[in-house]
Order: sequence, then structure tokens, then C-alpha cells
Amino acid sequence: MNVRAQVSMVFHLDKCIGCHTCSLACKNLWTDRPGTEYMWWNNVETKPGTGYPTLYEDQEQYHGGWILENGKLRLKLGSRPTELVNISFNPRLPTLDDYYEPFTYRYKDLIDAPPGEDQPVARPISMITGEEMEIEAGPNWDDDLSGSPVYASNDPNLRKVMNEEERRQFFEMQQLVYFYLPRICNHCLNPSCVAACPTGAIYKRGEDGIVLVSQEKCQGWRMCVSGCPYKKVYFNWNSGKAEKCILCYPRLETGQAPACMHSCVGKIRYLGVLLYDADRIEEAASRPDSELVDAQREIILDPFEPDVVRQAMADGVDEKVIEAARQSPTYRYVKLWRLALPLHPEWRTLPMLFYVPPLLPVTATLTQQGRQELAADFFSSLESARLPIRYMASLFTAGDEKPVIAVYRKLLAGRIFKRAQTVGDIRMDEALKALDEAQLTPGEVEDIYHLTSLASFEEMFVIPPMLREVAIEMGVDPHEFQEERGAGFVRIPERGL
Amino acid sequence: MDAFWFIAFPYLALVLAIGVGIYRYLRSRYTYSSLSSQLLENRKLFWGSVPWHYGITLILLAHLFAGLFPGAAAFILGGRVRLLVLELTGMALALFALFGLIVLMIRRLPTNSLVRRATSYMDGIVLGFLLVQVVTGVSIAIFERWGSLWYLRTAVPWFWSLVKLHPDMSTVATLPGFVKVHFIIGFAIILLFPFTRLVHLVMFPIHYLWRPYQVVIWNRRRGRTAVGSTELTR
Repeated sequence: MNVRAQVSMVFHLDKCIGCHTCSLACKNLWTDRPGTEYMWWNNVETKPGTGYPTLYEDQEQYHGGWILENGKLRLKLGSRPTELVNISFNPRLPTLDDYYEPFTYRYKDLIDAPPGEDQPVARPISMITGEEMEIEAGPNWDDDLSGSPVYASNDPNLRKVMNEEERRQFFEMQQLVYFYLPRICNHCLNPSCVAACPTGAIYKRGEDGIVLVSQEKCQGWRMCVSGCPYKKVYFNWNSGKAEKCILCYPRLETGQAPACMHSCVGKIRYLGVLLYDADRIEEAASRPDSELVDAQREIILDPFEPDVVRQAMADGVDEKVIEAARQSPTYRYVKLWRLALPLHPEWRTLPMLFYVPPLLPVTATLTQQGRQELAADFFSSLESARLPIRYMASLFTAGDEKPVIAVYRKLLAGRIFKRAQTVGDIRMDEALKALDEAQLTPGEVEDIYHLTSLASFEEMFVIPPMLREVAIEMGVDPHEFQEERGAGFVRIPERGL
Repeated sequence: MDAFWFIAFPYLALVLAIGVGIYRYLRSRYTYSSLSSQLLENRKLFWGSVPWHYGITLILLAHLFAGLFPGAAAFILGGRVRLLVLELTGMALALFALFGLIVLMIRRLPTNSLVRRATSYMDGIVLGFLLVQVVTGVSIAIFERWGSLWYLRTAVPWFWSLVKLHPDMSTVATLPGFVKVHFIIGFAIILLFPFTRLVHLVMFPIHYLWRPYQVVIWNRRRGRTAVGSTELTR
């Protein structure tokens, strides 16, 4: 056992209202520079949909993530020599057409236009070239299912689980259903961007598991962009370097929640430490598809267990970090309650960002007489869900429906129990029966209810002390250290010739 | 004049290339990048970058091999058929590279406004020098047969005399003008390395073949408080 700490996240999709505030908070803070205009380190997608960049989930096109070959993990991008051979032209690189050409409007024309017969118009211009352009796409072009025949119906997950006729029926107006999927870098335990980087410029921080690109070392070979199956590493065309979500580590190091989380209107986001066994990463990532979710849960360790704590201390995890792991909301959602699932575990990167799947498509079928269906109908309602369970399984469990059903049973049983408690139109004994079937106790439901609905800022974001101060030897004057080693760039980072 | 171009200039080019290269690496490593524009334009890049890189890499390796092992090269080129086959292969690769280079130049024209945004004036200079170099190289192969053979008796001794710090330009001083231009531009391109995006060639990440897949860096050493050094655990 080799215990390490990881700052992890949980997104509660039931609460996401698709307002894109997270995306804008991130944009304004990090990607408003030349070369980053098209980047959205945080984006919110409508599901079903093709996402950003378009069809990023289709690994037959992009070759991201890992594959299992004779029980061995291999980059889907190809072997190391293949990568070096392809270095002058990366055949799997998404281009601007797959993202979108960033645009703004020539607003000044509205003021400066000479007097005339017509209203002045602010024409769209490219943010890269400054020339006039026709807007053809945007990062959330399929928001709220707009352009469904082009976007939603081509969702790789949907195509996997529905035939053409089923998809036609699905897009009947009466049947339509969608939810939002906010995405940032997953700060994976087995990151394929790190493995794909020829230079070795991408690394995982030992203390907190944040995956970063060293801007000094990066030489712009672009293999990380293809290697990441989530397409969360971007190429800055201006600096010639790869960039990605840094989980707002400068904010975390000063005890603040990342900008996307801090600004979340729906309060859907949770952040906390998970302890994990670094020795078992490869083994967990090499399990068959159907075991991947469980394997990932297994290597996440219980911070209350004395053995784990002892080993964690021996491996240099600070006591305060272990304490933060005990308070961690993500530990509860992921490991204790088993409500939160990783996105596309079949890509075998062991993503450390988890999603509580949305209940929305299930409850909508439950109101035959304006009443919540009871425990007896519990499972049939899941099967007739408008967005089929197998779609959710394709997203969150590598196609295995069992863990998804288990999550939904818990979420539904919790609702039935709380309804019996507060509204009283469901008999408590039936509610308890539902809890029993979902393997929940009333105490757990209260905890889930509290953390889901009533949690305070401090409960949602349990930021561990990042302990940067102890990275400097005691006795060294921090001011002197800063002058010697510098903080960040000593010179202005400018594009090379 | 020849003494400058064939004795002083090669040394100047090499010293500047290495000196400035190291200075740039230490002072602003950030500027070391391939400066790829593939994100902005993909199709022309395929027809330009692939022929160019494969063609020129193999040709450069052939130059390098013959320069380092003239004896072996002479042996290989000894047979009539082998000479013809190798010369033809070289010619095909050179034309392949030339085709790629021309596509790359077209790609950088002002009409491609997206790529143009990621183009510096030094890119134009590099492309110009490379074009002259490839065109003179192809002309030499056509008009001064058989270049691969006399290269061993003219340029190679001159290179080695430079390496041994006993510069002797007698073997190259009498060559035709465009052959001399090929030599001079060759060293000029070496000189350009640290001032242009050509530095990416020096940084070719061959160590990817053996580096471990995962990289973990600690802000401090595990288990104890140490000087703020970063340690690469593997």
C-alpha cells in the first residue's frame, strides 16, 4: 500500500441548471489570453449531445485514453515509436473546426458608423484573425438540444444504446429529455495525457494529484491533446504550449474553492480529498470493463481505518490532510454512499471527478395520478425511464447497468422516505421498505439529504491545507527563497521565434 | 573571401548555434517549442509537413552517415547498381521534401489568415533558406554527377579538417559556385537554429522511448520536510 492524497470533485447533476456560470468564471480567470480564445477548461454540455469538441467521446476518431491489449494497458494513440513517427503531423488532433472559431462582434461600429438610412450593425469577427466571419458553431452550440438532428442524435452514447427507430421515437416532442453535463479536467489517477507527452512535460503533483503542464518543458508536440479522451488538454496556438485546467491550484493553495466551483449557482459541486492506494493504480485500470467502477472504488481508501492512517503518515501524507479526507464530501458520495460515478471509466484513466447521475428522466414517468409511485413499482419505473438506464451506463459505468440502477434506487428511495416524512402522502412503512430495497438506512438518507440540499460552503468544499510553506525548509527565509527561486515566471512568457 | 566562408563562417555558425542555443535554453526555455499551427490548419499541413519532415530527415541522415563514415559510404556506393539506386532514392526523397516545403510555403501565404496569425518573420527567413538549400541540393545531384561519390572526397575532408581544428579548404575551394552556395547556406541554417523555431529539431524527444509513462512531482520529498526541491518519482 502506498497512500497518496487526491483533491477530487463530485458534480450532482440533478442540481445543474445549465447556466454556464462556471464556464464564464473559468474563462475570465484563465483563458482570456491570445491563443486561448477557443479554450473552455470548464464547459457545460447538453446530454444527449455531441459535446465539445464535437464528438470527443468517439475514440475511434480521436484515439484518446487507454485500451486493454492482452491484459496490458496501452495508449490507444499508439506505441511510443508510432507517436514519435507521427510527431510532425498528429493524425488524431482535433482542429479548430472540431472546437469552433472564437468570435466577437465589432461593437465599435455601432457608435462610429456615419449617419445613414440603416441601423448600424455589429458584424461578427474572428477573435484569432480579426477578420469578418460567418459564425458556424460555438462551444455549446447544441445547448438545450438545439439542432438535435445534427447534434443530439449523433451522440456516440445514444448511437451505442439505441437503434435508428428508437432514436426517432426518442426525438418525438413528447419524449424529449435532456440534462446537463459540466466537465473540467478529471485529474485522473492514470492520466493518458501524461503518458502521451513525448517530452514528459505533464505531471501529476504528488501531494494533491493535480495534473499540470509545465509551460517551461512543454515543446508543443500536441500528443497530450489526442491522448486525453476527455479532450481537456488544449493547444495554445500563440505560445505553442499545451494548457489545461489547473484546478485553480493558486486558489486552493490559499484556501479558496476553484473559480468554477465557487461560482456554481446550483451548488452542484463538491470538493474534497480522497486517499488512494497508488500501488494499485495499474491493476485497477487493467480490470475488465464491468469491474472498472468497483476497482476504482476499491483503491480509494477509508481515512478512518487505522491501517490506512498509519501507512498514510508513513508515506508523508500530512495529518491535516488525513483529517480533511475524513471531512471530505467526495469520500461520502463516492465511497461511502456509492452515489457518484466516474465519467467514461472505460477509457481507463481512473478519472477523479465523479457525477451523481440525474434523477430527472426517472421521476417524470412517476406521476400517473399526480402521486409518487410506491416501492412496489420502484424497479418498473426505472425500466421505463425516458432516458434509458443503458444510456447512463454508457456514460458512467462502461455500459454496466447494475451500478447505475443501484444509484437510482438509493436516490429514489431517499426521496420516497423524505416525502413520507415531510408530505405524508406515502406510508412510512412502504418508504422504509423502499429504503431496505435500496440498502439505505434512515440515518444515511438524512446525511445524503443534508449534504445534497442543505450543506454550507464549508461542508461542500473541504479544501485540505496545501502545505506549500513546509515545502521550504525550516530556517530558510521565505522572502529570500522567493527572490532566489522566483514564483511563477521571472520573465514575461513570450512566444519564441 | 573563400577563407571567410569556408573557415571562419562555419566556426562562427557553430559557436553561435551552440552558445546562443544554450543561452536561450537557460534564459528562456519557455520559447522552446515546435510552434505547431496544426490546430489552425490541418489539411495543407498534412501535404506539407509529412513529405518535408520524412524527406529531409532521411536526406540529412544520409549526409551525416557519409560524413561520419566515409569509408563505409564509399564501400556501399562502390557498385554501379547500388550507386544508381541510392542516387535515385536520394533524388526521390529530395523532390518529396521539396514538394512538402513548397506546400508549407503556400500555407504561410497571407491569404491563409489563420495560419498567418501564428507566423513570425523568422519563419519566412527559415523557409527561404531551406528552399535555396533544397533547390541547390537537387541541382547538384542533377548537374554534378555523382554527388554522393565526390562528396566523400571534397566536403567530407573539409568537414573533418574543421573538426580537427586544422581547417583545410583546398578540397572545396575549386568547386562550382552553386555547390559552394549549398555549403554556405548549410552552415547559415545551423546559425539560424537558436534564433528560429528550428530549435525544435534539437529538442526531439527521443527519451520518450524509455521514460516511464507516469510522471509524479512532489513539492517536497515524501515523509520529511526538505529543501523545496522537486523530485521526479518514477
